[in-house]
Amino acid sequence: MAGFWDFEDPLIPMEDWIETTVDWLVANYRSEFQLIKWPVQKVMWGMEALFKGVHPAVMIGLLTLAAWKLVGWRMALFTAATLFLVGLLGMWEHTMVTLAMVVSAVAFCAAVGIPLGILASQSDRFEAGLRPLLDAMQTTPAFVYLVPVVMLFSIGTVAGVIATIIFAMPPIIRLTNLGIRQVPQELVEASRAFGATRSQRLRRVQIPLAMPTIMAGLNQTIMLSLSMVVIAALIGAGGLGVPVFEGLNSLQVGLAGVGGLSIVLIAMVLDRLTQALGTPKAK
Amino acid sequence: MADKEKIVVKNLYKIFGHHPARAFPLLKKGKTKEEIHAELGLTIGVQDANFSIPEGEIFVIMGLSGSGKSTLVRMFNRLIQPTRGQVLVDGRDIVSMGKAELIKLLRSDMSMVFQSFALMPHMTVLQNAAFGLETAGMPKKERELRALDALEQVGLKPYADSMPRELSGGMQQRVGLARGLAVDPSILLMDEAFSALDPLIRTEMQDELLRLQSEHQRTVVFISHDLDEAMRIGDRIAIMESGRIVQIGTPDEILQDPADEYVKAFFRGVDPTNVLSAGDIARKTQVTAIRHKGEGPRAVLERLNREDRPYAYVLDQKKVYQGIVSVDSLKSVIKDGGEPRFADAFLPGADPVDAAAPLQDLIPLLTAAPWPLPVVDEAGRYLGAISKNIFLKALYRADMPEETTGENPPEANG
Repeated sequence: MAGFWDFEDPLIPMEDWIETTVDWLVANYRSEFQLIKWPVQKVMWGMEALFKGVHPAVMIGLLTLAAWKLVGWRMALFTAATLFLVGLLGMWEHTMVTLAMVVSAVAFCAAVGIPLGILASQSDRFEAGLRPLLDAMQTTPAFVYLVPVVMLFSIGTVAGVIATIIFAMPPIIRLTNLGIRQVPQELVEASRAFGATRSQRLRRVQIPLAMPTIMAGLNQTIMLSLSMVVIAALIGAGGLGVPVFEGLNSLQVGLAGVGGLSIVLIAMVLDRLTQALGTPKAK
Repeated sequence: MADKEKIVVKNLYKIFGHHPARAFPLLKKGKTKEEIHAELGLTIGVQDANFSIPEGEIFVIMGLSGSGKSTLVRMFNRLIQPTRGQVLVDGRDIVSMGKAELIKLLRSDMSMVFQSFALMPHMTVLQNAAFGLETAGMPKKERELRALDALEQVGLKPYADSMPRELSGGMQQRVGLARGLAVDPSILLMDEAFSALDPLIRTEMQDELLRLQSEHQRTVVFISHDLDEAMRIGDRIAIMESGRIVQIGTPDEILQDPADEYVKAFFRGVDPTNVLSAGDIARKTQVTAIRHKGEGPRAVLERLNREDRPYAYVLDQKKVYQGIVSVDSLKSVIKDGGEPRFADAFLPGADPVDAAAPLQDLIPLLTAAPWPLPVVDEAGRYLGAISKNIFLKALYRADMPEETTGENPPEANG
């Protein structure tokens, strides 16, 4: 006899609640969610046009120049070789779509995440309220929220970018908050003692000093958004996730492998480039 | 009220913890800090502080760590919000002041120097020095000119474009001082400003502060745990113990009449040669001769012989010190014939010492000179002389303040 302590049948019908809620949201608020989609779509399409429109040779040249300026000639060499290899592997177009998705997602993560991180650093209550939300964003398996994302935003690359934003935003919020809170107390005191307002304090002291930590957050956000590429392909997004996904479906190990290798190579380039942003260039 | 009171502190309290007002009934019953902490979990930071600081004074607040001195000074610029009481600056109450008014005051009239320097590591020395002016919204050109001027005052103008981390500790604190001076405040709060520096640099910075103070009199509230420092720079000293002010007075007053065992305990390790200056111990026990008063070298020689003294100190009519003559030097001038003059009888090397010179500086002079050292004020007027005997007695007395109060030391014979 199934007793209470067997905990077999759910006594709290959470499953039904969630279904009802999502259905209700989709039925009543789909147009509002399309409104959220609109700016993401604009940016994403713009980025995609840009990355796909530029001639590969020019793109390789520009990224190599950036690597040389930011890091040094070794990194420039590595960047050029990597991009060239990706092209030779036949993954150029997928790579450009992925870069456009990552840049778009990261732009939104930064635009929303840095202000939220600053707010969290200024109010313990706001931080305490935000923390469980961030935990949920980072740990909820992506497959769980892919379905409601599709229901609300339909399938495609833009929906993929939105899922990526949800997953990749927490680190930049957390590290902005942490970086500002880690500014030595005496510097905060000194700026107060000289009559700095809260916004002067943030602009002139706390944010500049938190910059390396904020950049580390940006780096993490970029890496997480790259790791969402394959999952985004599940809901119809383009990019390097497509060959991986197709390869998996049709058991083409080679195709999946080439896609995976390209993701890893791009990740290495982006990681080193953005790490260089956070640490001042050593002469 | 002769001097204008710049800062007046009235019944000032700081109690840390939730609902601090709960502590007041217990304080009224005379419960101690420890009892209140045990009963309510509240920490008494500062308890019923009452004092006033006249304009232009260097007021030192002294105490061991945890005595509440840093809390007290942070209530002056409201880095810490007082629980109760008033801090009146030029008659205006800081505690009840609105935020905008407080910010205005901090930007123009009150600045702070920190123990840890608290320089902005991402700004140049010049930008750091200009920080207070920048928050006040002064245009770049103007604030950099004023910051350069402040850096010049502390001797760091050539380092304007350096980063703070490239400077030594002492230089960094000079930048901290320049940042405080740049806004040209009438009040300077210094929280253990020199405590992180090594002793030699610390003394140098104290001299620097005294020099700046002689050029432009500000009201300085200086926190210190170092009695030597407090004695050296303080016009008056307040001694704090577990949140209460136990004694306020000039260094001499506190040295000679410590209020309780706690204050006395401070003085055990004090080096009296730092505390006292030449002017404090000079005595008028030597024979003096006023020039142009009819008493010529012959008369003075006779007086020395009669009183059995080896030296006479020659002054002019305004009591300005001229030199020392001895029985032998007088005799030889008289023997040379003609009209004898004091100037020919002066002993070579008998230079006077300044009244402000610390006793420490006198030791080599005392051992070198056979005569008691003449002491003069800043106008060169003779204040007295210090013999080896007087010097030793001063050391002994400063070491044992509790045993010698009220006893007059016997006058020494050179």
